[in-house]
Amino acid sequence: MATGTVALTPRRLPLDIDAFEGPFDLLLTLVLKQELELADVQVFEIVATFVARYARPSEDGESYVLDLDAGGEFLVLVAALLELKARELFPDNPEIGLEDLDPEDAAAELAARLAEYRRVKEGADWLRERLEEEATRFFRIGPAPLAPKPPRELARQEPALLAQAMRGLAEEPPQLSLNHLQLKLPPTELFLERFRALLSSRRRFVFDEEVDELSRIEQAVALVALLELGKSGEAKLGQSAHLEQIVVWGGKR
Amino acid sequence: MTEPTQLFAVDNPLDRVARVIEGLLVVASKPLAASELAEAADEPLERTEAALGLVGGRLREGRSGIVLEHVAGGYALRASRETAEACARLFERPVQKGLSAAALETLSVVAYLGPVSRPEITRLRGVVSDSIVASLLERGLVEEAGRAEDGGAIRYLTTALFERVFGLTSLSELPRLDDIGDDRDEIRDRLETVAGLRGA
Repeated sequence: MATGTVALTPRRLPLDIDAFEGPFDLLLTLVLKQELELADVQVFEIVATFVARYARPSEDGESYVLDLDAGGEFLVLVAALLELKARELFPDNPEIGLEDLDPEDAAAELAARLAEYRRVKEGADWLRERLEEEATRFFRIGPAPLAPKPPRELARQEPALLAQAMRGLAEEPPQLSLNHLQLKLPPTELFLERFRALLSSRRRFVFDEEVDELSRIEQAVALVALLELGKSGEAKLGQSAHLEQIVVWGGKR
Repeated sequence: MTEPTQLFAVDNPLDRVARVIEGLLVVASKPLAASELAEAADEPLERTEAALGLVGGRLREGRSGIVLEHVAGGYALRASRETAEACARLFERPVQKGLSAAALETLSVVAYLGPVSRPEITRLRGVVSDSIVASLLERGLVEEAGRAEDGGAIRYLTTALFERVFGLTSLSELPRLDDIGDDRDEIRDRLETVAGLRGA
């Protein structure tokens, strides 16, 4: 070692930065294991920590002297860190990468970015000073108190009318009648007798003509009666085609 | 015994408007533009502005514990400087408290270059700034300002609260920084010098 005044190696440099607190080698380990986002690490904070620990004023007091051994090792580590960081920040993006530029253009691009960053940094410095100047600034923050909603006023009520309304609610409602929904079917026997009479007087009749003026319910009951006659063999039923008129004529009796 | 000097004449119409403005500003938690005050007071803008002058003359440092200030594009009340020590014993300043160097740097990017997206902030600062932007959003110092026309990342602007915290009438009060062209040439010269030394 050039100076022999610093026993701690750069690898063990204790760091206390925004993204990490601990020795430098642990930070590198975590970065390599991808347990720490390198993009979150401000490398200048590491450099500032290193300089604060290893630099000492020169004899003439006009500059600072660095421990060369420590400085060399540190430079290698930081250079690796920067390369990793650069790869992460600009991943294979031809629009961002500087590698395709010739050295002169790359230097110009880099200079432009650094200049822009310096401008932002100056702005941040001004904001910091301003914040200190305005340390005595106290004002109200938060939403303004909202006007309360006016209470809903009820109309003036007569107690007797209210009691009458309550009584109406307490009464048992009348039972509903479903009589109007019930089907009133004529007796099948009525049609059985009628069809038997027709067969005995005419021996043959057309069903559709006989029920034409009846309601649909009555027609349905008449058809049931007709089927009963057919089933018992008292009449025979026939159609010239599907949905054509039903012709009835005498059966075995 | 002499009568105390009356600050606002009760029956003067302008004094009445001034009192209404005082009431509005006490209730408001953000700066109100003169036009907003005029509308709320149901007074012409000119008379409202004249009344604001009257209020400003009364509510100023050294004369009152409440100070009228023109800030963030409007008018607002704040505690006077001499009451700051007492205020600090009772109240915190959650927006300003613990603003890190990184947060100020990000604020600077948004204030000077906004509307600006997170990737642009990251490119400028050389470090991912997502958590810092989220923290500034939470503090109310920046706000979303839509996306780029090509539907890219969300862009951000500083808020009226930012201007109020930093005591700015508007963003135009931010100091004009060094001309970027001069910086660029200087930095490029330095880079070339370093490259020359390495070659040698």
